[in-house]
Amino acid sequence: MADPEIKSYEPHHESQSAAVTESRPVRWVAMGIAFAFLAVFLLLPLIVVFHEALSKGIGAYTEALASPDTRSAIRLTLLVAAISVPLNLIFGISAAWAIAKFEFKGKAFLTTLIDLPFSVSPVISGLVYVLLFGAQGLLGAWLKAHGIVILFAVPGIVLATIFVTFPFVARELIPLMQEQGNGDEEAALSLGANGWQAFWYVTLPNVKWGLLYGVLLCNARAMGEFGAVSVVSGHIRGLTNTMPLHVEILYNEYNAVGAFAVASLLAGLALVTLVLKTLLEMRYGAEIAATRGH
Amino acid sequence: MEVRVVNVRKEFERFPALHDVSLDIRSGELIALLGPSGSGKTTLLRLIAGLERPTKGAIFFGEEDASQKSIQERNVGFVFQHYALFRHMTVADNIGFGLKVRHGAARPSAQEIRRRASELLDLVQLSGLEKRYPAQLSGGQRQRVALARAMAIEPKVLLLDEPFGALDAQVRRELRRWLREIHDATGHTTVFVTHDQEEALELADRVVVMSQGRIEQVGSADEIYDTPNSPFVYSFIGESSSLPVKVDNGEIWLADRPVGLQAPHAPSGEALLYFRPHDVELLDGCSGCIAGTVAASRRVAGTRRVELEIGGERQRVEIELPVDHPAAQKSRVAFRPRRWKLFPAS
Repeated sequence: MADPEIKSYEPHHESQSAAVTESRPVRWVAMGIAFAFLAVFLLLPLIVVFHEALSKGIGAYTEALASPDTRSAIRLTLLVAAISVPLNLIFGISAAWAIAKFEFKGKAFLTTLIDLPFSVSPVISGLVYVLLFGAQGLLGAWLKAHGIVILFAVPGIVLATIFVTFPFVARELIPLMQEQGNGDEEAALSLGANGWQAFWYVTLPNVKWGLLYGVLLCNARAMGEFGAVSVVSGHIRGLTNTMPLHVEILYNEYNAVGAFAVASLLAGLALVTLVLKTLLEMRYGAEIAATRGH
Repeated sequence: MEVRVVNVRKEFERFPALHDVSLDIRSGELIALLGPSGSGKTTLLRLIAGLERPTKGAIFFGEEDASQKSIQERNVGFVFQHYALFRHMTVADNIGFGLKVRHGAARPSAQEIRRRASELLDLVQLSGLEKRYPAQLSGGQRQRVALARAMAIEPKVLLLDEPFGALDAQVRRELRRWLREIHDATGHTTVFVTHDQEEALELADRVVVMSQGRIEQVGSADEIYDTPNSPFVYSFIGESSSLPVKVDNGEIWLADRPVGLQAPHAPSGEALLYFRPHDVELLDGCSGCIAGTVAASRRVAGTRRVELEIGGERQRVEIELPVDHPAAQKSRVAFRPRRWKLFPAS
């Protein structure tokens, strides 16, 4: 059942008053430039991806996807997303909860820290883990002595992915929770709810659409991340190759159909994400409007 | 339930919001915390609720020290200024929330919760709106739902923060009368915060006037209005005028003229004379009076307000005259306050 309260949240697209409307030619030129730009830089590459993937027929396409290395890359990507997205969901909610609902020292610092993965090049994020866990790294010797393998293995890839995708959920929720304030939670507590009940029955439902939106973006990035994962993965075929890495390897081997077939899956994921994101924005626009930052 | 606030002090990051406040609230009483913004009235209400903890002092519910208890254990009904209704829950679910989150045997069955919610909706005169969402209600209806939700947990004390603050004047008056009826019917000890003196004086059994983190005066509407005990209360409640005067041997002087008022117990020296603009006696001759030149005159409903300039210092005071009184047109008016009070000059 659709929540009826949504009616009042409908984003209203106010029509511009006549005084600020530019003349027709100016509008057409502006729109023309925008559409041409999008066509050349976004639409065209997308078409090329699918065109190349299917250039040798549907048979070659499915065959490319069915190869063991490709299937292993798809499995690994799904596994990494399945681990890092739920973890970031939990981290993101806790961080947003702490920042939005409480006053404490170092709050501004924590807020800045959450944005760090966005401001740092993903390659650097990967390198940090190499410096930390690598054979010559800070913890390398200790890890080796205890037989723990992080680098050039799945744990390293998961760690790097978590790092890179950390901000998505938290950044979506912080402005939303701040805007909503503590009133509803205080009401729940005054009615006898404990902290957990207040969170579960009141806080979470209040932010659910923003949360879903954040998870969606987080997932898209987790599956598509290249830089950080590339540094820590070691590119071992069939073992530590995620889909984006596999695309690169296939392409470097002049296997255009294989490379573009895998790329088409990632492009498909992007399109699905885009559609879901647009649907969410259309229905719950005002609730997540506070957070347009990406 | 009797509530006693004993020597409570509250600081927010070293900034004191309440200084050593004590207050006895009688069982079954409807009491108003009245003051301008920043006077600490909401802080005091939140301290009683347990939404804040006192820096010093204690709060007793009956004989029990409640200040060590959490808000859940205190069992108070709190109505928030902006209602804080759960927007994703229906009206019935909102009202039933306090019962639903109880544990074990204390939690009524779903059916029982629904029944209670309907009962309370009847009480707040909103029967039939169980399935609505808060966004589909008017401001006044939301306020009623918020009250029903607070009463569902059978609270020992009912606390309301600016309950009518966000409503328009018409709805406000209606809800005021209605809250009084509910209070008389249920007999909850009720504390409400307001900055609207009309609301406080009309609705409450007793009014607590607060200013700058202190209680200025506690009393019935009559006591507060007729015998204000500080310049603040005099000027905050109702209309008032004040003049700097001198007291000499029990006689009050304005500059070099006697006013014609005796204050046998006041110490000699500088003082401030307070009186109500409508509570003055107009004089013809002036041997012992306050005389001034009419500086401005305006019609206020059934009376005329006249602003007078007094003496060489051109002090301005307001007095009220009947509309047809000839003095309203005269350039010079002499009067003497009928009821007045002296406060030491600060």
